[in-house]
Amino acid sequence: MDPFKKQAYEIAQDVNEGKATVTEVAEAYSRRATSLIQQLNTHIYWSEEQIKNHSLLQADRCANAKKNGQKLPLAGVPIVIKDNICVKDLPLTCASKILDGYKPVYNATVIEKLEAAGAVFFGKANLDEFAMGSSNENSAYGVVKNPWDKEYVPGGSSGGSAAAVAAAIAPTALGSDTGGSVRQPASFCGVVGFKPTYGSVSRYGLVAFGSSLDQIGPICRTVRDTALIYDVIGGHDPKDSTSAVSRQGSLDDMLKKIEIANESRPLAGLKIGVVKESFQEGLDSEVGLSVKTAIQKLESLGAQISEVSLPTISYSIATYYIIATAEASSNLSRYDGVRYGLRKFSDPQKYSLEDMYITSRSEGFGREVKQRIMLGAYALSSGYYDAYFHKATRARQMITNDFKKAFMNVDLLVTPTAPTTAFKIGQKVDDPLSMYLNDIYTIGVNLAGIPAISIPCGYSSKGLPVGLQLMANNFNDELLFKGAFCYEQSTKWYNQRFPSC
Amino acid sequence: MSNLQSGTISASQAAEASNPIFAKYEPVIGLEVHCQLKTKSKLFCSCSTEFGALPNNNTCPICLGHPGVLPVLNEDAVNFAIRLALAINAQLNPVSVFSRKQYFYPDLPKGYQITQYDLPYCIKGKLVLSDGKQIGITRAHLEEDAGKNVHGDKSSYVDLNRAGIPLIEIVSEPDIRHPAEAAEYLKKLRSLVRHLEICDGNLEEGSFRCDANVSIRPRGSEKFGTRAEIKNLNSFKNIERAITYEIIRQADILESGGKVIQQTLQFDAASGKTTPMRSKEESHDYRYFPEPDLRPLNISSERISFVQSNLPELPEKMAERFKSQFDLNDYDARVLTSEKELALFFEDVVKKVANKVSYKIVANWVLSEFLREVNARDWSLTNPPVTSGHLAQLLQLIGEGTISGKIAKTVFEEMVEQGGWPEEIVKAKGLVQVSDNKLIEETVAKVIAENPEQLSQLLAGRDKLMGFFVGQIMKLSDGKFNPAMVNKVLKEKLDALRK
Repeated sequence: MDPFKKQAYEIAQDVNEGKATVTEVAEAYSRRATSLIQQLNTHIYWSEEQIKNHSLLQADRCANAKKNGQKLPLAGVPIVIKDNICVKDLPLTCASKILDGYKPVYNATVIEKLEAAGAVFFGKANLDEFAMGSSNENSAYGVVKNPWDKEYVPGGSSGGSAAAVAAAIAPTALGSDTGGSVRQPASFCGVVGFKPTYGSVSRYGLVAFGSSLDQIGPICRTVRDTALIYDVIGGHDPKDSTSAVSRQGSLDDMLKKIEIANESRPLAGLKIGVVKESFQEGLDSEVGLSVKTAIQKLESLGAQISEVSLPTISYSIATYYIIATAEASSNLSRYDGVRYGLRKFSDPQKYSLEDMYITSRSEGFGREVKQRIMLGAYALSSGYYDAYFHKATRARQMITNDFKKAFMNVDLLVTPTAPTTAFKIGQKVDDPLSMYLNDIYTIGVNLAGIPAISIPCGYSSKGLPVGLQLMANNFNDELLFKGAFCYEQSTKWYNQRFPSC
Repeated sequence: MSNLQSGTISASQAAEASNPIFAKYEPVIGLEVHCQLKTKSKLFCSCSTEFGALPNNNTCPICLGHPGVLPVLNEDAVNFAIRLALAINAQLNPVSVFSRKQYFYPDLPKGYQITQYDLPYCIKGKLVLSDGKQIGITRAHLEEDAGKNVHGDKSSYVDLNRAGIPLIEIVSEPDIRHPAEAAEYLKKLRSLVRHLEICDGNLEEGSFRCDANVSIRPRGSEKFGTRAEIKNLNSFKNIERAITYEIIRQADILESGGKVIQQTLQFDAASGKTTPMRSKEESHDYRYFPEPDLRPLNISSERISFVQSNLPELPEKMAERFKSQFDLNDYDARVLTSEKELALFFEDVVKKVANKVSYKIVANWVLSEFLREVNARDWSLTNPPVTSGHLAQLLQLIGEGTISGKIAKTVFEEMVEQGGWPEEIVKAKGLVQVSDNKLIEETVAKVIAENPEQLSQLLAGRDKLMGFFVGQIMKLSDGKFNPAMVNKVLKEKLDALRK
């Protein structure tokens, strides 16, 4: 078996059983990745030396753990980190010029946890600037290419992370999801992407975009690996006041048992609702076909399929773009050239505070970011707050209630992850509204805070991946992962095709 | 240290007496006070709040507004806030919300201040002045402080040690009608927060900041005039001066047919005038919205009970207690308890004196001799050079009859100027009171014999001359004779002569 097709849990097993070493694994992946990094532009920070050093540190850690009879769950597993998550002393850019020269002085909580679990960090992945985008075309460090066809976008904003996993630069990656930024690129790149229930994973160290919407999520080739990463990074964090109580038990353990069980109808008793509104106009017909086939598959595995309506879901995009931009406009105020990052003056002769603010921010931020800051400030401005921001929070409650109501009758909801497969680079850059519509099935999930996962369910006639999205009620991870895992294991899309790169 | 002398007319009262403006117009004053809380750490991170550290030493990624950080609420600050609410009889909201107040300035690291906007933690409190008038307190809320900008010749510097320190903002109703009333409200509030041990109340250091909203209206009118805000008033005296000046300034505008414009002013202590502040902050749209990184603040009745049961003694209660426990009059009790440290000092002296002199005598000494020096020499009440131990020993010497009250004053002066313990000073200067009956009798007889003219006048009825004789006798003894004995012996001899 091609070692680069190994799953993360298998790598950890090999290392813990002494069949491979941390440094060997790191070296093999790192060497193979060098040309891929160039071709696909998946990374903003990539250093073989960094990988080597970290692999040595983690090798020590795994060895010490072994002495104490412990097996680290991610022993030697390479993981790519989206460049809006703080890793101490590694440059952090958020794909923006405004953070030129900045290196975090602390680790994000998820990074501390991955570190303790034995993972090896494989550089910082490219993204849409400040996580604002659906194609990774908004990066100050260039567009990321989809490994399945380099003329196509990988999706966004976690484009670099998803592409890296698809190209096996690393078997796992961390992304962040505010309106679909983990799930949609996972779907465009034919890999698994999971957005946890809001509050399940600490946001401490995640550069804030939409504070009430953001969650860090794993992107991996398989559902089991995704569960494994989530087991490690999830849990209550006192440094994050929006953090929920830790969940009990390990999803990886649960999934392990399902494999052994080997039933023919493993999803018997599971009720899945197909969201009616996701099969209306705008959905690409090939995507629709793949997803419908997948739903039939779920039924054959024993799930009880029904149709569900989420009538207010059509307001999701408008609601999201008011709330997310409002929060973002505030969260990005700290990038002002005073304490860190880019500081510029238009005229070095006349130092003025206002000039410094305006020049630094105008030159430091990209177009999409500036647009959203303006939108957000407008939605919060005096005279407009009630009509926009306040109203959007009420619409958000209505959308959340729709989900709550639906979950009284079903365990999971299913939609396509995105209305299309990946589109060509440059195709939608001048049409922001069309770009925003990419998130139409994913956005409601962030508004409601519920968990959702995107899993591969086929390919278009052009050979581009299609993603299936499953959603569950808050904290109902077991049901969600069970549904996703059983579908995956009965179709094994992850082993059928591989990107040409 | 507030000036606790009574009987002086304040600057504003003087102005009022002389200016007909005050007869025509009614001032309407509201006060906003920002109290820095004496918690160990900042409001949203664990950085120290200690004053005087090197610039930017008390900072961390959170209060510096680094990418990716999140605020975590300091529960001590909430408990302090509850203390205040209880002390001003405010209504505590079981749920309150933090909001972001957004503007750009170098001393504001995140580009927004976390504060409370439409749902503060308490509302509808009051403060009662000494004449019984109630000043309403609209609301109080928690918020974080900003850092400090220091302007040099060519550059400006930012020190963020102060950024993130907890503040409570207390907003009064516009119930105040006189600059002196404003000063009294502020003094009472300051005394209260110091008694509650939640704030230092130091105006000069900036732990107690006052802004005044001032407007005027023709007497009898119900409608409010346009108000101006005076910021950064850093002493009670300046507060009165500034408000007085502003009232007159606004009246002058109205008298000449003009309109008062709403603006932010500062007070120039040197000239005694209010002038517009040059910042553009008046036209700010702060774009408030609820802070998404913090949950709503829930204050349960259990928590309130807990804080209530641990509440330090409030000034009013303390004053009442002093009246009954130490048999003091209302005025003395109030002055002694106006500053918690002074009350503690007094109680300490009482304890150490162990009843050798009456409470009244202790109170007199603390309120006159001791307090005079405190004010004149700017002594700290927590650590004065003349401690409660020193004073207690001095009073014991009086109580034992070792020295007279008058001599004690001399000893006290020496203690203040040179330091040292009263017993040592008395010994070193040979100030021990003489109570030798024989010696006193001899001296009294001598003085009587040497002053025949005064004697005959005294015997004839000029009782005032008693003082003359006593004075002469005391002079001969360098003031060391026991005055009570002198008086007794003198009286006996005179009575004998009358017979």
